[in-house]
Amino acid sequence: MSHGEHHGDCSQTLHELYQFLDGELTEVKRAQIKEHLEGCPPCFEAFDFEAEIKQYISQKCRDRVPESLRARIADAIAQDPPAPTA
Amino acid sequence: MADQATFAEQAMPHMDSLYGAALRMTRNPAEAEDLVQETFLKAYRGFGGFQDGTNLKAWLYRILTNTYINIYRSKQRRPDETDLAEVEDLYLYRRLGGLEGATAGRSAEDELLELFSEAEVKEAVESLPENFRMAVLLADVEGFAYKEIADILDIPIGTVMSRLHRGRKALQKQLYEFAVARGLAEPPDGAAPDESTPASAG
Repeated sequence: MSHGEHHGDCSQTLHELYQFLDGELTEVKRAQIKEHLEGCPPCFEAFDFEAEIKQYISQKCRDRVPESLRARIADAIAQDPPAPTA
Repeated sequence: MADQATFAEQAMPHMDSLYGAALRMTRNPAEAEDLVQETFLKAYRGFGGFQDGTNLKAWLYRILTNTYINIYRSKQRRPDETDLAEVEDLYLYRRLGGLEGATAGRSAEDELLELFSEAEVKEAVESLPENFRMAVLLADVEGFAYKEIADILDIPIGTVMSRLHRGRKALQKQLYEFAVARGLAEPPDGAAPDESTPASAG
């Protein structure tokens, strides 16, 4: 008859999912959620999936500046008069 | 005197990331180029006022955002946040998770995500109403902290969190619609697959 199989509540844990993934929780809160996830495969899977999506979106939204634009900006800055100083 | 060499060394490496954000915001390569150029010129001229040791990337994003709002927002219909339908939590997980069946496991989930192309992910981000799009870009693509996003967009942290929450769910819904349009997933609520947004344009 063991107690404490469920540390904390699933809906509360899911409520804090994004703050956890975004690194916006205190260490104490983080530790509580990690403890819950270790004992709760369904929550763990949901967290894992959301973490994967976040990472996937970040990976796929990468663009390179066209070289012509990079050159144009460098030129514009070179020709820009220095900012007046007081 | 604004130090050209210092500016080039510190600000220029952020150009790719700012250009990506400009593309997502303007949805138009020519406008994105103008926006990035304008941002870098303003940043260069204001570089003397930039506080050393603070976050240069966040400062550049703030200039980008303000420039975007000044130049482009007036041209467009004011974004209506009520246009964003309520979407349930874990929208994609609850639907794609079901496809895993017997092969449940981490690698299966990785493969499910691979079903979305780079173009689809970009289009899904671009489909979000402007305010939500910016929050999602800054958090998920650029990895800014809530406080930094609040400073960049000049809104309270609570607003950052609610825009992120709703924006992410809407993004997942859009991705799911791409999966449905390609016949890879069941249409939501019995809607016909061809009623969904086209997966590609132009």
